[in-house]
Amino acid sequence: MPERITLSVNGCDVSVLAGSMVSAAVSAAGETAFRTSVQGEPRGPLCGMGICFECRVCIDGVRHVRACQRLCQPGMEVSTHD
Amino acid sequence: MTDRREFDVLIIGAGPAGLAAACCAAEAGRRVGVVDDNPAAGGQIWRGEHDKPTQPAATTWFERLRNTKFEFLPGTRIVGHPAEGVLLADDDRTLIELKYDKLILATGARERFLPFPGWTLPGVTGAGGLQALVKSGISIAGRRVVVAGSGPLLMAVASYLRRAGAVVPLIAEQAPRGRVAKFAAGLLAHPGKLMEAARLKWELRGVKYLTDCWPVAAEGNDAVENVTLQRRGRSWQESCDFLACGFGLVPNIELPMLLGCEIEQGSVRVDDGQRTTVKDVYAVGEVTGIGGLAPALIEGQIAGLAAAGEKEAALRFLLFPRRNARRFAQKLEHTFRLRDELRQLPADETIVCRCEDVRFDQLTEHYSWRSAKLHTRCGMGPCQGRVCGAATEFLFGWGMDSVRPPLYPVRVEHLARATVTRESQSTED
Repeated sequence: MPERITLSVNGCDVSVLAGSMVSAAVSAAGETAFRTSVQGEPRGPLCGMGICFECRVCIDGVRHVRACQRLCQPGMEVSTHD
Repeated sequence: MTDRREFDVLIIGAGPAGLAAACCAAEAGRRVGVVDDNPAAGGQIWRGEHDKPTQPAATTWFERLRNTKFEFLPGTRIVGHPAEGVLLADDDRTLIELKYDKLILATGARERFLPFPGWTLPGVTGAGGLQALVKSGISIAGRRVVVAGSGPLLMAVASYLRRAGAVVPLIAEQAPRGRVAKFAAGLLAHPGKLMEAARLKWELRGVKYLTDCWPVAAEGNDAVENVTLQRRGRSWQESCDFLACGFGLVPNIELPMLLGCEIEQGSVRVDDGQRTTVKDVYAVGEVTGIGGLAPALIEGQIAGLAAAGEKEAALRFLLFPRRNARRFAQKLEHTFRLRDELRQLPADETIVCRCEDVRFDQLTEHYSWRSAKLHTRCGMGPCQGRVCGAATEFLFGWGMDSVRPPLYPVRVEHLARATVTRESQSTED
């Protein structure tokens, strides 16, 4: 049985396979908008490899972290609201 | 306080080219460091292969690496070049000063994205981009994915996504049918590639492969729901949960430019020994021109051996295969050249710079990248023009004339803690 870990996305618990990136957890929480653009548009991941910065979220209080480049950790708190 | 490390050979990028270089230099007894932005080695093509490889070449190289001693610095980005023989890196905790005698740039390539109405909707991703996201754990099972853009990557991505459970109704390839057919016939001269193509074709049975076809708009409320495709004067809608769309690859030349390496037609100029125009700096793989896995592995070995002082060995055994692999790359480039019609894709109100939300009509009055940057903030956001720069290069013919540190956004608290060596700076000033 592959190991699963639990973290929180916008206050809700999400379970993902160990080794998943935060992008997978946000997606598993049903969110398609990872951030809001300067004009207020919803945006989600584009490049998947750390180049575009469209998937940036707030992780454990640190803003502007690229969800696609950060491994999920148990108990991590992810927010797409700022 | 800044962390400091010293290496005989420092390699930037842990894709196939960088890993091959690391193996060769470390096996020759050099102290080797490898830096990569990702949490694991493998680059894009070997993403997820480091612990349980499935691709034959990845299996071989990761096995060889396990028996090789080198230091791997994952999750680390090069942000500056404060002095000769020194790079400054950020690992999300602090800044690290990396000293080197020889430097090998294996920075790879990224996808080229072209703006069209709706391309900023969530669910519109890169082609390789969606593959990377799925490898990172995003579930695609049962989701409908239209794959579009250009290049052989589209077929590989479509096949991967299908294996991951996606429903792929079609692949839209912008290149004309005649050119693709000629390219396919030419594969007879490259038996390995022919096998690969035959396998992909088998895996993609039931998926329409439409040449002369490209997306003109994506529609949806909060995320993409439909894509409008165009082909030979006809346009129609396809429903989709994802539009995976990439128009070829662009070498990551920002760091080579910062170091002063000469750039030729968008990639780093190197000689037969993979040397750039800057002393003790080598470049290998996609950053020297898009060619895929085969030349990347060969060039990595050439540079790894050369940087370790084993230049003779490198040149004797590896030059011929390198030329052969590069010839194939030229065929690729010709076949999948982007057609002029794609320049008409953006509408006036289409956003081109996604970081700063700069519209197409704000850019049309400018005639250089610099002017557009100064007046509209195009390319001034966190991605620093990595997305819109490649787009405006195609749309308007603009080129980046200079690169400035930091190459990636750096947290102010990291800068505040940094004490950076500047010994050779004073002699230059």
